[in-house]
Amino acid sequence: MSTVAIDKAGPSRKVKYGSMSRDRAWALRWSYFFLVLFAIFFLTPPVYMLITSLKSSAEISAATNPWWVFHPTLSNYVELLTSNQFLRFFWNSSIVAIVVVIITMLISIPAAFALARMKFWGSATLATGVFLTYLIPDSLLFIPLFKMLAVIQDLTGITLLNRWYVLLFIYPTLTVPFCTWIMIGYFASIPKELDEAALIDGASWLQTLTRIFIPVALPGLIAATIFAFTVSWAQFLYPLVFTTSVDQLVLPVGITTTLIKGDVFNWGQIMTGALLGAAPPLIIYAFLMDYYIAGLTAGATKG
Amino acid sequence: MADVVVQQGRVARTSGTRKRGSLRNALGHKSTVAFFLTLPLILLIVLLVLYPAFYSVYLATLNKAMTKFVGLGNFTFLFKRETFWMVVKQSCIFAITAVVFKALIGFIVAHFVHNIPGKKQRKWRGMLLVPWVIPPAMSTLAWLWLFDPSYSAFNYTLSFFGVGPIPWLGDTFWARFAVILVNVWYGAPFFLIMYLAALKSVPDQLYEAAAIDGANWWQRIWYVTLPMMRNIIAITTLFSLIVTFANFDIVRILTSGGPLDTTHLFATWAFQVGIQSSDIPLGACVSLFMVPILAVAAIFILRDVTKRGNEA
Repeated sequence: MSTVAIDKAGPSRKVKYGSMSRDRAWALRWSYFFLVLFAIFFLTPPVYMLITSLKSSAEISAATNPWWVFHPTLSNYVELLTSNQFLRFFWNSSIVAIVVVIITMLISIPAAFALARMKFWGSATLATGVFLTYLIPDSLLFIPLFKMLAVIQDLTGITLLNRWYVLLFIYPTLTVPFCTWIMIGYFASIPKELDEAALIDGASWLQTLTRIFIPVALPGLIAATIFAFTVSWAQFLYPLVFTTSVDQLVLPVGITTTLIKGDVFNWGQIMTGALLGAAPPLIIYAFLMDYYIAGLTAGATKG
Repeated sequence: MADVVVQQGRVARTSGTRKRGSLRNALGHKSTVAFFLTLPLILLIVLLVLYPAFYSVYLATLNKAMTKFVGLGNFTFLFKRETFWMVVKQSCIFAITAVVFKALIGFIVAHFVHNIPGKKQRKWRGMLLVPWVIPPAMSTLAWLWLFDPSYSAFNYTLSFFGVGPIPWLGDTFWARFAVILVNVWYGAPFFLIMYLAALKSVPDQLYEAAAIDGANWWQRIWYVTLPMMRNIIAITTLFSLIVTFANFDIVRILTSGGPLDTTHLFATWAFQVGIQSSDIPLGACVSLFMVPILAVAAIFILRDVTKRGNEA
């Protein structure tokens, strides 16, 4: 069999080449066909959100074709964007996400720098520990954290439960481990000569960090920032457990608890709210896709 | 500037001692500096992750009013409840089925995307990752609306094919199917991206060599692609297993555990028992049952990640 193939390879090269490119063309056609099918599966819910958000409640309850808007209206958007309650959710979500990003960076950048460059007693164990903490899910910790907050509240008299600011302390447990982990990877990939040169020039460790490591590892920093933001924005379980009053809620919890009134589902508004809530991560993703994907794959593909 | 540095270096080498002294000084301070740089991280992990984890074990040994130590009383109580075993079963069905389908779809779609040339590939990749970017609480609401019993878009579409209205979230089988479907929809893009990155790292020469040896497409996947991607597949699958097993958002919003508690996972049942019925010790106890599976997956991931580290 193999000898035959070798014999053929010489004279009939052109034919073989042609058949190969024909194979390729067919593979490409099939790829497009299946990709379209999968794209329909993946994009149906967001598209359906958009369709429904443009309908009035009258059109929704008339049960016309659900996949088409016959009388498009922006009334749902106007209603939500002028409602103080919804703007309050948006504001809470934004402030929590932004402050958590800042806290995360302040904790994880110095730690990653120390773990990547300064070999000290227990540094390897700590790096492993950081990775393991990343694997501990929120659903394991929400009950003890709830009880802890209640106990601290009783002891000190500071109101912690049912306050949005408590999320500022809780969310970093989700963001810091992963951000530290990928920053260790980015920092470790910086050539040693660079910071040795800085040290010889008399730079302190802090100067090496701010003048060399942060600028050089900026792509990693952006990826970590995006990760921290999207995680804080999307978090659902902790705010559901720790906050209950309407003015303390963040978007995901606010939409699911207040827009659903009893058994009456105002789907037009719910979908509009969900779409507006999904907008910030989607916009960030649209503009910074490469960083987003770099951060996503860095966790497992880093050395 | 560079000249000056070089000259300084030469001077330092000859006159020496002061410069070397300051370097040694810096090294002497190194561990102190490192300690302060990592201190916030250590505090965060110890106070808000490790302490609660152990506190949870302590809580699980108290009675409902949290006044009395009952030892393993909560655990034996759970073992006698039928709902608990149903939750165990459903968690396993949910996690395993969802992860298998996510991995399969991710693997297949990654190959299709890999076939697409250059710039278009970027667009397809961007489009197919959208489910992963939308916060799951938001996208699950869209699914809830798609599954709606009376105005359901799915049932409307199916009626054209003569398929009767399906009680998507009202019937045990369909409700389980629905939560798994939504989880697959949400998680498959993650696998897609990981596998695509892994596919790109497989050198073309290997495929050329395989083609010269007369390997068909199946043999190419089995003998070239899979061995080259083995590590990424293992890490991604184990990681997804943890996340899926601990899933909360999707089931909570879609079914709240219903109908008749048949779609509850550990997380949603722990929430219902611990927070909604305010039996904190029992809730802590339920969530602790996730630990063994998480621990096993974590150990394997750690092994693979450190192996990768050694290879590099």
